[in-house]
Amino acid sequence: MRFLMTTTKADPPDDKLVVEMDRLVEEMTRKGVLLAAGGLDPAGTHVTSSGGKITVTDGPFTESKETILSFALVEVRSKEEAIELAKRFWQIVGNGEGAIRQVYGPE
Amino acid sequence: MTVPEVHRAVDAVWRLESARIIAGLARLVNDVGLAEELAQDAVVAALRQWPESGVPPNPGAWLMATARHQAIDRIRRSERLQRKLELLGHEARQQQQSAIFGGQPDLDAVVEGEGVADDLLRLMFISCHPVLSTEARVALTLKLLGGLPAGMIARAFLSTEPAIAQRIVRAKRTLASKQIPFEVPPEPERAARLASVLEVIYLIFNEGYTATAGDDWIRPELCYEALRLGRMLAELSPAEPEVHGLAALMEIQASRMRARLGPAGEPIPLLEQNRGAWDQLLIRRGFAALLRAERLGRPPGPYMVQAAIAACHARAQCAEETDWERIVALYELLSALTPTPVVELNRAVAVAMAFGPARGLELVEPLTARPELRDYHLLPSVRGDLLARLGRHEEARTEFARAASLARNARERAALLGRAAACPPGAGTPDG
Repeated sequence: MRFLMTTTKADPPDDKLVVEMDRLVEEMTRKGVLLAAGGLDPAGTHVTSSGGKITVTDGPFTESKETILSFALVEVRSKEEAIELAKRFWQIVGNGEGAIRQVYGPE
Repeated sequence: MTVPEVHRAVDAVWRLESARIIAGLARLVNDVGLAEELAQDAVVAALRQWPESGVPPNPGAWLMATARHQAIDRIRRSERLQRKLELLGHEARQQQQSAIFGGQPDLDAVVEGEGVADDLLRLMFISCHPVLSTEARVALTLKLLGGLPAGMIARAFLSTEPAIAQRIVRAKRTLASKQIPFEVPPEPERAARLASVLEVIYLIFNEGYTATAGDDWIRPELCYEALRLGRMLAELSPAEPEVHGLAALMEIQASRMRARLGPAGEPIPLLEQNRGAWDQLLIRRGFAALLRAERLGRPPGPYMVQAAIAACHARAQCAEETDWERIVALYELLSALTPTPVVELNRAVAVAMAFGPARGLELVEPLTARPELRDYHLLPSVRGDLLARLGRHEEARTEFARAASLARNARERAALLGRAAACPPGAGTPDG
């Protein structure tokens, strides 16, 4: 099963965090569970489509509560495993918020 | 925390961490069977303590430290293992922050220590040791490296839990009684031993990808398990091109998983699959792995060549764009490396696609005399397909019917019977 883990709020990273996160990413890659990961530019571009009209607005946005800051796509065998991975991630990051969503797959 | 919650958390931690825990312990006690027992004891301790105390911040390290304590206790209690204790004391002096002997245990160091990668590699090699039967290697690998319970392995291989449990117990006993060392094998035997590891992983993958028996044609969970093992091995043993070759092959084949089954669960042949449903992420991972293999600059082995063939299909935007001549060339290379009748059969299919069904059929005919293929359903299936394309429908129908009677998988059988029924009757007899 694949899960997309996202963060929407997180403490700014310091050097220690970067080192520890690199180690976690390396370990998870080695385990064959981390498929892809990345950080996102919070500015971005907002797109709405309504009644055939598509509106594109460049950020940054003041209401950034839902803005995804980073993501990790993992392949695990259960939701519980995904949660365990998320716990290890957040122990490194510290304070923040995020989500774990299952990606529909062939299972 | 409720007891079922703890159970689920322990299960998850176990499946993520058990391989490294068992590997670390096995180096300590030089016995994988004992190592697994100790790790299991630690799980029992977790199930007892965590409902009260909560799941610790680093549960893998907790399990490892607990199991190590138990290992030391056991070694101390045992006269027989007196010498090992001395070895351990030596190791402890070297690792001043050891969780057991150090005052303030650095739990991370126990699990994350430098040696973990080597320990995991040793665990892979010993689980796939040639002294064990192939079935035992598969079961042990899934158990020790995949962290799968015997019941799950049994379901995947249509066996019973006691039978698999028994097989694992016997395998561990064999390793102990033959005193198989817990090591990365030295150079002269390394290549052959690595080949065995690769074979076991690919066997697991194939059992999931095209289940040889049963009602479901694919069992994705086995594929993902093998893929995970392959990725793990690629990280542990990055200088071996075939390791990346196998990883590439499995990534690309797995990318087609969603496209290989029709709505009623029927298999869809490669060339008829909706390529939009191929998983581009896995394809890209496969290409990357293949590139890593090629960059090592050594002559390609069979997994690399097979991955290169799979990559040819992945590169084609539609079936018509397939570079069949390149695939034929790759099959020629493969058949020089592994001259098996199954490879020959696949080469014939590629030749038929590149140069027409008549040329393909020429290569298939001599294979019908091969005893290894006598009960192989894909031989009459390929023959039927080539005959049908040549308009020899009566013969084609006979071949498809024969293929169906040989297929052990229900879905495949149904698809072959469908093809037999689709041959127009009374048309295209050999003389007409």
